[in-house]
Amino acid sequence: MQALYAQLLVGLINGSFYALLSLGLAVIFGMLNIINFAHGALYMMGAFVAYFLLNLGGINYWWALLIAPVVVGVFGMILERTMLQWLAGLDHLYGLLLTFGIALIVQGVFQNYFGSSGLPYSIPDQLKGGVNLGFMFLPVYRGWVVIFSLVVCLATWFLIEKTQLGAYLRAATENPTLVRAFGINVPRMITLTYGLGVGLAALAGVLSAPINQVRPLMGADLIIVVFAVVVIGGMGSIMGSIITGFALGVIEGLTKYFYPEASNTVVFVLMVVVLLVKPTGLTGRAA
Amino acid sequence: MAEAKLAEKPIAATGAEVLTVKDLQAWYGESHILHGINFNVKAGEVVTLLGRNGAGKTTTLKSIMGVIGKRSGSIRFDNKEIIRATSDKIARLGIAFCPEERGIFSSLDVRENLLLPPVVRPGGLPLDQIFTLFPNLKERLTSQGTKLSGGEQQMLAIARILRTGARFLMLDEPTEGLAPVIIQQIGHTIARLKSQGFTILLVEQNFRFASTVADRYYIVEHGKVIDGFANSELSANMDKLHTYLGV
Repeated sequence: MQALYAQLLVGLINGSFYALLSLGLAVIFGMLNIINFAHGALYMMGAFVAYFLLNLGGINYWWALLIAPVVVGVFGMILERTMLQWLAGLDHLYGLLLTFGIALIVQGVFQNYFGSSGLPYSIPDQLKGGVNLGFMFLPVYRGWVVIFSLVVCLATWFLIEKTQLGAYLRAATENPTLVRAFGINVPRMITLTYGLGVGLAALAGVLSAPINQVRPLMGADLIIVVFAVVVIGGMGSIMGSIITGFALGVIEGLTKYFYPEASNTVVFVLMVVVLLVKPTGLTGRAA
Repeated sequence: MAEAKLAEKPIAATGAEVLTVKDLQAWYGESHILHGINFNVKAGEVVTLLGRNGAGKTTTLKSIMGVIGKRSGSIRFDNKEIIRATSDKIARLGIAFCPEERGIFSSLDVRENLLLPPVVRPGGLPLDQIFTLFPNLKERLTSQGTKLSGGEQQMLAIARILRTGARFLMLDEPTEGLAPVIIQQIGHTIARLKSQGFTILLVEQNFRFASTVADRYYIVEHGKVIDGFANSELSANMDKLHTYLGV
C-alpha cells in the first residue's frame, strides 16, 4: 500500500507540471492560434533562472518563484513581438515549426554551456523534511508543489473565466477584430497573453528544479507528454486542461504501480483512443 | 456625374459635420471593393446607406471603423483624419460599431457581453437606462450570449455600445431576419437615441424600416455613392429608388 500511495504522489506531482504547462499552452493557442513548441524550453529556462539567481546572486527560491516567471515571460514577449506576431493568420504549421526551431536553439545553447547532466538545486530550508501521515510519509516539498500548482491553476482559471480582463481575453479568442473595434489594444493583449502562458511554464520550471535537478533537456522530455495531455483534454477549455493534467499524472502513477511496463506509454495510448473517439479532445470545442 | 448632382443638392444641416468621407477606396485582399465613396454625416442625424447586396455598404462601415486592412482616401471624424488609424484608436475617438452578424460572444454570458466594450468617454447610458430600453436583457443576464433569440442578440449588440460614451453609432442591418414586432422596437430605440443626441449611420436593406427613422439617404452601388436625398424628398425619388434597389 505504501508503494501505491508513493506512486500516487509522484503522479500528482507530474500532474501538477502537466497542468501548469498545458494550461499555458491552451491559453496561448486560444489567443495566438500557435501550438507553442517552445514551451518545454521556456520551462527549462525558468529552472535555470532560479539556478542562476541562487548561485550568482544569492537570491533564494521564494524570490525565484516570482522573478523567474517575469524574466522568462519578458523573453517570451520579445519572441512574440519579433517573430510570432508575423505568423498571425497563417496555418498552425508555421507557428509549430518556428517555435520548434526556437526550442532547439534555446536548448542547444544551454547544452553547449552546461552539458546534459543535471545541476543540483536544493530544497529551500522551510520546505525540507517530511510529515508522517499515518498511511504514508509525505516529503513537505512535494506536498507544497502539488498544493501551490493547484492554487496557481485555479487562480489562472479565475482570472480568465471570472474577471473583466478574462472576458476581454475570451472575447478576443473568439473575434479579435471586433474586440479591437471596441477600443481594446488586442495586439498588446496577445503579447501579454503569451507572456502569461510562458510565465506559467517558467514557474513550473522553478517548482521542478529541487525535484528533478536543472537540465538543458528537462523540458524536451516533458513537453512530449504535455502535448499528449493537451490532445486528450482538448485545446478549448481552461478547466479542462487543469483537470486533464492532474488526472493523467495520477493515471500514470497508478499504471506505475499496477503495470510498470506501460507507465511511459499509457498517456500516448489514451491519446490515440481519444483521437479515434473524440478528435476535439475530452473537453475541447470543435474548431 | 452622380457626384456633381450630389454637390448641388444642399441638404438641410442639423449640426456640424461629424463625419466626412472623401474618395474612400478599400480592398479585400486583391479585390477592389470601394471605388471612391463620398458622403457626410452631421451631428444628431440618422443617415442611411441603401443599396443592393454587395454594393459596398458594409465595407464602408468597416472602413470607417478601421477593420479593413487596405484603404485609401480620407475619413475625417470630429476634424481628425482617421484613414490610417487602427480600429482600437478609432473606437476611442467615440465611434461604436454594431456589426451585421451581431458579434455576440458565445464564451461570455449576457452580462459579460454587455460590459465588454470599454467606456471610451463619459456620457454613456447608465445600465438602468439601457434596461429600460431593453427590458428583456435584464432578465437574461446570466444566460450564455448566443443562447438568446435573434432579436435579443440584436438588442444586446446595440445595448453594449450605448454604455461606452461613443456618440456616433454605426448599425449594420439591425433588422435583418427579425420579426416585425422586434423591428418596431428597434425603430423606437433608434428614434429615442436620436432624440438623446446620438448620431447614427445605418446600413439597411429594409427600406420601409429605414424610412421610419432616417433623416437622409445615400445610395451605394458598385462601391460608389451614386445618389443622395433627404427624407422629405423621399416621395419625389421613389421611382429612382425602385430602379436603384431593384425592388
